[in-house]
Amino acid sequence: MKLSVHSKSFERNVVLLLVFVLISVPLAVAADDYTAARRTMVGEIEADVELTSSYIGADELDQRVMTAMGTVPRHEFVPDEMRRYAYENRPLPIGYGQTISQPYIVALMTDLLDPAPEHSVLEVGTGSGYQAAIMAELVANVYTIEIVEELGSRATRDLARLGYDNVEVRIGDGYHGWESVSPFDSILVAAAASHIPPPLLRQLKPGGRMIIPVGSRFLTQYLVLVEKSFDGVVKTHQILPVRFVPLTGGHD
Amino acid sequence: MSAAALAYEILLMRLFSISQWHHFAHMAISLALLGFGASGSFLVLARRHLLRAFDIAYVANLCLFGLTAVICFSLAQHIQFNPEEVLWDPRQWRGLLLSYLLLALPFFFAANGLGLALIKFNTRVTRVYAADLVGAGLGGAATIGLLYLLSPAEALRVLAIGGIVSAGVGWIELRLRPRYVVVGLSLLAIALWAFPANWSAPRVSQYKSLSQALQITGTRVVNEKSSPLGLLQVVESPVIPLRHVPGLSLSATAEPPEQVGVFTDADNMTAITRWSGDTGELSYLEYLTSSLPFVIANPRRILILGAGGGAEVLQALRYRTEHIDAVELNPQMLDLVRKEYGNFSGRLYDLEGVHTHVSEARGYLAGVDPASPYDLIELSLTDSFAASSAGLYALSEGYLYTVEALRSYLELLSPDGYLAITRWIKLPPRDTLKLFATAVDALADSAVVDPGNRLMLIRGLQTSTLLVKNGAITTGEVALMREFCSRQFFDVAWYPGMSESEANRYNLLRRPYFHEGARALLGDGRDAFLARYKYNVRPATDDRPYLHHFFKWSTLPEVLALRGRGGTPLLDAGYLMLIATLVQALLASAAFILLPLAFLRSRGRSLGKKIRKRVFSYFFLIGLAFLFLEIAFIQKFILFLHHPIYAVTVVLTAFLVFAGLGSAASTPLAAYFGARNTARYAIAAIASLGIVYLLFLDVVFASLLSVPAAMKMAIAVALIAPLGLCMGMPFPQALNRLGESAQSLVPWAWAINGCASVVSAVLATLLAIHFGFTIVILGALILYGLAAAVFPRD
Repeated sequence: MKLSVHSKSFERNVVLLLVFVLISVPLAVAADDYTAARRTMVGEIEADVELTSSYIGADELDQRVMTAMGTVPRHEFVPDEMRRYAYENRPLPIGYGQTISQPYIVALMTDLLDPAPEHSVLEVGTGSGYQAAIMAELVANVYTIEIVEELGSRATRDLARLGYDNVEVRIGDGYHGWESVSPFDSILVAAAASHIPPPLLRQLKPGGRMIIPVGSRFLTQYLVLVEKSFDGVVKTHQILPVRFVPLTGGHD
Repeated sequence: MSAAALAYEILLMRLFSISQWHHFAHMAISLALLGFGASGSFLVLARRHLLRAFDIAYVANLCLFGLTAVICFSLAQHIQFNPEEVLWDPRQWRGLLLSYLLLALPFFFAANGLGLALIKFNTRVTRVYAADLVGAGLGGAATIGLLYLLSPAEALRVLAIGGIVSAGVGWIELRLRPRYVVVGLSLLAIALWAFPANWSAPRVSQYKSLSQALQITGTRVVNEKSSPLGLLQVVESPVIPLRHVPGLSLSATAEPPEQVGVFTDADNMTAITRWSGDTGELSYLEYLTSSLPFVIANPRRILILGAGGGAEVLQALRYRTEHIDAVELNPQMLDLVRKEYGNFSGRLYDLEGVHTHVSEARGYLAGVDPASPYDLIELSLTDSFAASSAGLYALSEGYLYTVEALRSYLELLSPDGYLAITRWIKLPPRDTLKLFATAVDALADSAVVDPGNRLMLIRGLQTSTLLVKNGAITTGEVALMREFCSRQFFDVAWYPGMSESEANRYNLLRRPYFHEGARALLGDGRDAFLARYKYNVRPATDDRPYLHHFFKWSTLPEVLALRGRGGTPLLDAGYLMLIATLVQALLASAAFILLPLAFLRSRGRSLGKKIRKRVFSYFFLIGLAFLFLEIAFIQKFILFLHHPIYAVTVVLTAFLVFAGLGSAASTPLAAYFGARNTARYAIAAIASLGIVYLLFLDVVFASLLSVPAAMKMAIAVALIAPLGLCMGMPFPQALNRLGESAQSLVPWAWAINGCASVVSAVLATLLAIHFGFTIVILGALILYGLAAAVFPRD
């Protein structure tokens, strides 16, 4: 009602200003929200690590890994309708029957591979590209292969947009690895089929590590860490990332 | 009408097992009963209005049944539901409940039609009830027949059109006006026919393995075969070849050749492998845990249970086995390998020395001549038996893995022959240890003094293989096994004389869980171990054939606390869904069956509290008892009739038809003995028959296991007939009695009975899992006894 005492043009300006404020404020708030949410997420991961320390054999993860988790904008890798859940510590569907893993699992898998700045890493199963982005913060080169064409193109686009130029995405069959840029210091396999492809084991450097989550798309049940020793023997460690005091009970 | 309702139920079970997982089969039963119960309550309230226009109401309900059968199913398909997210996403519960209610609607309309007829022809209640039961029985049988001709989605449409057409026929027969309604109905039927097929086709959950496979560029379904045993879909992937070799060793250098995948109900894949006939191409099959029996011995006559796409047969051929008997449940699977993929697969099923048999494993074994035993019996990993049976009684698939089953395998082994069971590794260990315990029991039951001397257990990263030898394991065999394991990076979990330091070398667990478990199961601490282990690894038996039931309530709080941290897969989804279904059934039946009757209170009060209490108890008890018996007998007969789908059809049809006849026969009996006595005599007969069956059914089954299938079905019908006849009597006689003395309580009775049935169908399975079928049957007999005591008096 007050507005009616002012001139028409002033009225219009006020309305425009109001509209501008109404649009821009939430945007700014949203960006702040994401940063805050990411901080909260990092805190949750740290708490989870502490809870599961006896299973993963460490009280905390590598500080570099945690920094990467606090840097990479996870919300940029999930579909729009999932953005508001982007920093919840849980897996999210990204379409095509695929998911973006729980942040705690991403952090743990990255940590278990012991990434070093000079490393060259292969990822089989790009998915959203989030895991590749985390890895790209920590190593020299990331080569990632996605079997679903739509996912592969989306991840290529998102990674380029966010400036991850040390990641190379290829759409195709991960079974044969990436011969021309092998061997790798470590390999991430997003989902285990009925067996670990022999070519991937061949392309792993002696002393290198491979990590594979086992379970369904939504629920990582345990992680398999594969180690190739210098004498060619391959051993695996099965790591339960949950604080389950199970099994033979009592004397565990 | 009742035939159509039962047909709808069976179709729903099939459609569910294709689009989601088989736990939903339980839901179909309780859905049907919910619809029926809700209708009972509805009729109570709207009875006057509906009866005034009986003809139109009857036809309208028929028509609505037809319409909703297709439309509600399509709608329910569009509700997003992912059982794996249920634990942390409340929206999933809403989805589940909504689809539950939608799918119950067609049953509601079918039941309205039936209920109206029951009220209208009150004096002929037994005859209407009889027609209902007989109709339902025949409908079930017809549906199974239909499923051989049509896919489940097409059959659903045929059913819907049937509903509309009979509505039209009803309109004409009842001489209803205006006539042009018939034209409208015909148009409707045509419209349903033209309804886009993909709207009612089951939409496969995107998290099932078929959906996942189809995401891959170039992958497509090239062939489909449908039968009541399951929907087979062949998937080719020319761009990125499929490679399905469960548990290939980490030392393997050989890669598998090209394969096509065959999915049963969009899951449980088995692979058909390209093969030229040269066994040199098959070297990759030596890098599996399942190679163990071929490495330590030279089996010449072998039996493979679960032939599927032929991986196990190929493996045996690689090791130059002379005689291979391969048993497969689904004939369409063998056809695929033989015909469509004959050249592709190198005609492996037609090679000299390879003999295929279409049969269920236990039935096949019963017919094997003990004079020609096997050197090796292999239970394959394809799980194709499980897949085939999954469609109907989800949790009934375990008759292959019970103590009794293992004993029957051992009896057909040659001296020093082996039984080999390969399973996927689960962590924490579950089925591997359960089967180890089962083998220990089977050996002990066969009077073997030291079972540990006959067992060997190895594991790789993804699979474990258990060997049970018909004789003591020698040091020579142990040496070969150890050498094999160190070459393949496999771990040894048990052999006689093994020390703990040898376990857990390549695939490192926090502790040598498999070895510890095996050792505990063989020693004195066995019972203590079973009690404190966090999963149920007690051996499955024929009375409780649930291999996949590992759930322990005591573990639940711990797992729930971990649900946000990946703890959920530590639970059995199937069991959880069963509980969810039970809770849902309880709530829904209270809300839709009992609540509406609250409006009726004022009218019923004139009859006195006592009689209402009696009516309530009586109909509740016989509702529970009827379904307890029906479900327990379906499960029992699966062992005898082998195919679960045949067991369901034969048992359900026989129960319903004979209960219908029993209902009809009860009228003259009641005229002679009186309603109350007729019901009591019937219940006495049920109790004595039930006890006789409990004592002698297993013996009868054992002695007749190898007679021809048709004969077995006839025997099954003959066994069920007397029980069914008697079970048909208590309900209509009590209802008749109410019709005479307390007319307004008839719908009450109907509703309460429905409510009890909704709960009973799920509860029976739950009880069977925990206590076995024997207890379920005994429970039913006790319930009947209680019912006899509270038969409504004047």
